[in-house]
Amino acid sequence: MTAERSLSAVLNVNDEERAVHLKPTDTLLFVLREKLGLSGAKPGCLNGDCGACTVNIDGLAMKSCLMLAVESLNKKITTIEGLKGTPIQQAFVEHFAFQCGYCTPGFIMNCHAMLNTVPDANDDTIAEWLNSNICRCTGYQEIEGAVRSIVKKNQMNRKRP
Amino acid sequence: MLSFDFDYYQPKSIEEAVQLYHALDREEKHPLYYSGGTEIITLGRLDLVYTNAVIDIKAIPECEVLGTQEGYFVTGSGLTLTAIEENNGFPLLSKAASGVADHTARNKITVGGNICGQIFYREAVLPFLLTDSKIVAAGMNGVRTEHIMSLFNKTLRLKKGELLVQLQTEKRYLNVPYRCVKKRPQWDTGYPLVTIAAIKAEEGIRVAFSGVSPFPFRSREMEKALNENGRIKERILASLQHLPKPVLDDVEGSSEYRLFVLKNTLFDILRELEEDHR
Ligand SMILES: Cc1cc2nc3c(=O)[nH]c(=O)nc-3n(C[C@H](O)[C@H](O)[C@H](O)COP(=O)(O)OP(=O)(O)OC[C@H]3O[C@@H](n4cnc5c(N)ncnc54)[C@H](O)[C@@H]3O)c2cc1C
Ligand code: FES
Ligand code: FES
Repeated sequence: MTAERSLSAVLNVNDEERAVHLKPTDTLLFVLREKLGLSGAKPGCLNGDCGACTVNIDGLAMKSCLMLAVESLNKKITTIEGLKGTPIQQAFVEHFAFQCGYCTPGFIMNCHAMLNTVPDANDDTIAEWLNSNICRCTGYQEIEGAVRSIVKKNQMNRKRP
Repeated sequence: MLSFDFDYYQPKSIEEAVQLYHALDREEKHPLYYSGGTEIITLGRLDLVYTNAVIDIKAIPECEVLGTQEGYFVTGSGLTLTAIEENNGFPLLSKAASGVADHTARNKITVGGNICGQIFYREAVLPFLLTDSKIVAAGMNGVRTEHIMSLFNKTLRLKKGELLVQLQTEKRYLNVPYRCVKKRPQWDTGYPLVTIAAIKAEEGIRVAFSGVSPFPFRSREMEKALNENGRIKERILASLQHLPKPVLDDVEGSSEYRLFVLKNTLFDILRELEEDHR
């Protein structure tokens, strides 16, 4: 049991140990952006509705505005800055799956978690997962197209002897 | 950002959590049990929740149990809706849980938080109401087990400082025919216009609702009318006489529209369940 108004903590972010001073009321989104300088996770609604703030926690997609930073102690936090050249990032570029790009880090982190969990996701699964994120300017079709292209690649790779 | 500060505690046992609650209450810290924490964070930001101490229950082993134990399916209050959905040991609960919020939010929202929360839809309670499940709650006098129908009246009537630990559902209810239909004003995520959950039990059909009134409910009077002899339409009309009044009338939908959707959805559910001769 602990009671802390303000604490020095070490967070595991993108495979790095990051020392940070935080308050128990600080959301993970706030700490990532304002204290660790990781501005990839975006503040949108701050209400759990838009998904712009999505990161991965121990491989699960998580809205970082709905999580306190203290809850992420001893967990593996991955933000968009921690993904480098993943197939889904490449697919977003190839499929023109963004316009202004504000929602993109959140979409990519959600898709990344999905492709690791259900690599051969069917259309219903893709729709269910993507419903967690809102895009205000591009069409969802391009985003779905990007995800499907990776699913297809995964299926082909599995078929190869 | 929250406009107030709180201390964060993470007890490892039920006793520790309950004692902590009362000690913090005596210090006027307005303690709150913290499960998924999504409501505390989001309503706290709007100054609709206030606390100076949160007690995170996710390290308490009893709150994380999911599975069968001595004739019951036990659901720990601290489990996320995704964990419940994926386990699928209680298919009606999985179905009801899978309709709440969206996939990512369900990785954080817990079943206990949904049932004890202020946001009045509390859709995850419907399966427990229908199956006469038991509530396991812990307070200063120890742990008590009560039938949910005697403890849930619009909200879960826990005593001050009591912790919802688990819900216990008799195994015989896990495989009865069921339906759970959520109708939203639009899109595939979000709050319901109307959610109806129903099971076909030995004595007849049972129904529970969310989104019709500013609280979820199961009505024995409605069930009695629905299980009479006669045409489905007439039975539905008779059952609606027992709906709690007034029917919600808000931005999600007018009361007239809600009633229209309710009648049609109930019709489909009854027809399907009555034809289900499992
Ligand atoms: C994006 C989003 C969409 C949503 N959509 C829906 C929806 O479609 N349908 C629906 O029904 N709800 C919906 N909700 C509401 C949500 O289910 C509730 O706000 C719920 O309370 C969140 O659960 P939690 O575990 O995060 O709760 P918390 O924030 O942890 O707790 C909520 C309240 O319950 C109390 N509490 C929690 N656990 C216990 C316990 N074990 N014993 C005693 N008291 C306890 C807390 O003290 C607090 O007062 C949505 C919420 C969000 C953020
Ligand atoms: S900012 Fe977190 S969901 Fe919108
Ligand atoms: S690309 Fe602009 S909000 Fe999605």
